[in-house]
Amino acid sequence: MNIDVPYTSFLDIDGNLKEGAPQLSHDDLKTIYWHMNLGRICNAKILSMQKQGRIGTYASTLGQEGCQAALAHAIKDNDNIWLVPSFRESVATIARGYPMEQLMRYWGGFEIGSNQTREFKVMPVNIPIASQLNHAAGIAISMKFKGEKGAAIGFVGDGGTSEGEFAEAMNFVGEFKAPAVFVCQNNQYAISVPRKKQTAASTIAQKATAFGFEGVQVDGNDVFACYKIIKDAIEKAMNGGGPTFVEAITYRLDNHTTADDWHKYRTEEEVNEWKKKDPIERLKKHMMQIGCWDDQHEQHMLEDAKKKVEEAAKAYEGTPKPKVEEIFDHLYAKLPYHIQEQKDHFVKFWGGQ
Amino acid sequence: MTERNMVQALNNAFFIAMERDPTVITYGEDVGVDGGVFRVTDGLQAKFGDQRSFDSPLAEAGIVGSAIGMAVNGLKPVVEMQFSGFIYPAFQQIVSHAARLRNRTRGDITIPLVIRSPYGGGINALEHHSESLEALYVHIPGLKVVIPSSPYDAKGLLIAAIEDPDPVLFLEPKRLYRAVKQEVPDDYYTIPLGQAKVMKEGKDITIIAWGGMVPVAEDAISQVKAECELIDLRTIDPWDKKTIIDSVKKTGKCIIIHEATKTGGFGAEIAATLQEECIFNLDAPVARVTAPDVIVPYFKAEHYYRPNADMLVKKINELLNF
Repeated sequence: MNIDVPYTSFLDIDGNLKEGAPQLSHDDLKTIYWHMNLGRICNAKILSMQKQGRIGTYASTLGQEGCQAALAHAIKDNDNIWLVPSFRESVATIARGYPMEQLMRYWGGFEIGSNQTREFKVMPVNIPIASQLNHAAGIAISMKFKGEKGAAIGFVGDGGTSEGEFAEAMNFVGEFKAPAVFVCQNNQYAISVPRKKQTAASTIAQKATAFGFEGVQVDGNDVFACYKIIKDAIEKAMNGGGPTFVEAITYRLDNHTTADDWHKYRTEEEVNEWKKKDPIERLKKHMMQIGCWDDQHEQHMLEDAKKKVEEAAKAYEGTPKPKVEEIFDHLYAKLPYHIQEQKDHFVKFWGGQ
Repeated sequence: MTERNMVQALNNAFFIAMERDPTVITYGEDVGVDGGVFRVTDGLQAKFGDQRSFDSPLAEAGIVGSAIGMAVNGLKPVVEMQFSGFIYPAFQQIVSHAARLRNRTRGDITIPLVIRSPYGGGINALEHHSESLEALYVHIPGLKVVIPSSPYDAKGLLIAAIEDPDPVLFLEPKRLYRAVKQEVPDDYYTIPLGQAKVMKEGKDITIIAWGGMVPVAEDAISQVKAECELIDLRTIDPWDKKTIIDSVKKTGKCIIIHEATKTGGFGAEIAATLQEECIFNLDAPVARVTAPDVIVPYFKAEHYYRPNADMLVKKINELLNF
């Protein structure tokens, strides 16, 4: 059966903009374009460091930069908004200011990569699928109860919407009419399982209907559409209108993680079709059409982004190795005596390294 | 001073904690209007409003997961899992998030959260209502596990758990909810987590119990001639090793009684620690009186399963004659 949900797309693959698109200034477009490119270059750097054994298993964001950069731009700098990511939201978190070297540290095996969450209101990367949405629900409900103006934006993938915790979180934000925006990055695959095998529901967005709030689809590779839909959802949430569920239709151009090989479960042809819808290329074409971008801008921007990524990589490479004490020091506010004994033993064994 | 049973003492602890700290809230299934199926949260909604004591949807992962989010945003949630047999959907939130967030953010995010749940058997309950699985949670670094056995302790330990900056699983022996009344001060007090209580001093044998087994041990001790030292562990994790070792050094003999099944039960940890730390003080093997390693029988056969005073008396006599 079909449940109608609205679908929004303004920018076609040739960079032409349809009527009704949100007003975005040249500066707005340049900022979004910058974050998409910065995210892509950072992503490529992390992948290259992973191949060299300098970083651990990593989940690439290639192809999914559009929705994430537009979402970050839809948040005003001073807004009391928490991002609650899954693990493929590096672009959104970088665009919200979370330092790239910190993300590199996270994926490089350092817990300290996650120690600036409060400063940037970005929760740490969340691996157990969909469980993060309940944290977003709790943040949003507490904002409502405390009378804070704000919102929580929780991310989930298409596969994540099959989890029980997805249903529980959706039900919580619906029941409490909480200021939450849940964004499903439907990138068509949960590792190898395609969207069509994930659920009999004709859209993922329609799942919101059962929880009593609005679900919408958006072209996830169109920054104009994503910006408008997310901005509207944030404003609605912050003005007491309750949650919105956004299904951003996009595509993971890369492997699930560096431990995966997509050739096992999909064709080159399919991937090439989606490359034509690349969010960065689409916006670039548009910006060139309207005369706010040219090859020289592009070259300067890429050089600048590469420089910033290299600086972040250098900072990451300079991260001191963790000391053995550190595996004990943040377990509790005060370490219980029996773990203190174990700490003393391990520190002695490892020579206080 | 007022005579209170454990439910009333816990309820009183809530009134005091919520009065003292406006960030303390409580919610769960039937917690708000109904005051909880055991009435532990009775009257809180009327007093503190429906944004500090409220009913949640019937969703355990959602309850604990949202409480983690609320803790991130500055609240101190005390959530109820209606019965410990229903915690499992929330297990992911407890293990992967509540217990981990401080460590994985290097102290940037802390989770001052209390998860309360009635546990244990002995009340002819439905299936899935009688388990004693405290050892599961002891195995999770970053979490604390508290089990009171008296109204006085229940109040002081609950307030301490609420004030604790880290997540605490607070298991309430439902067999003892209304079993006895005791003088419980009306005012604020806490009992530090991690401190056992010597309930009765003795020189012959150390008996260690917690929760629903404490009255069983008291009953058994009253039936034997030996002078038993009874210790109520009160906090299972972190446990008060020193009090127990000091006692065993004095008595030379030790029995642990727990309602949980034997293999991998917390008694095994205590026994292992005693042989590590004071083997030359032991005059007999450390003994355990526990449930057998079987599924909790439905209530027509539960009496075979749940340790009782006769079982402990028999074990005390065996050890005395060792």
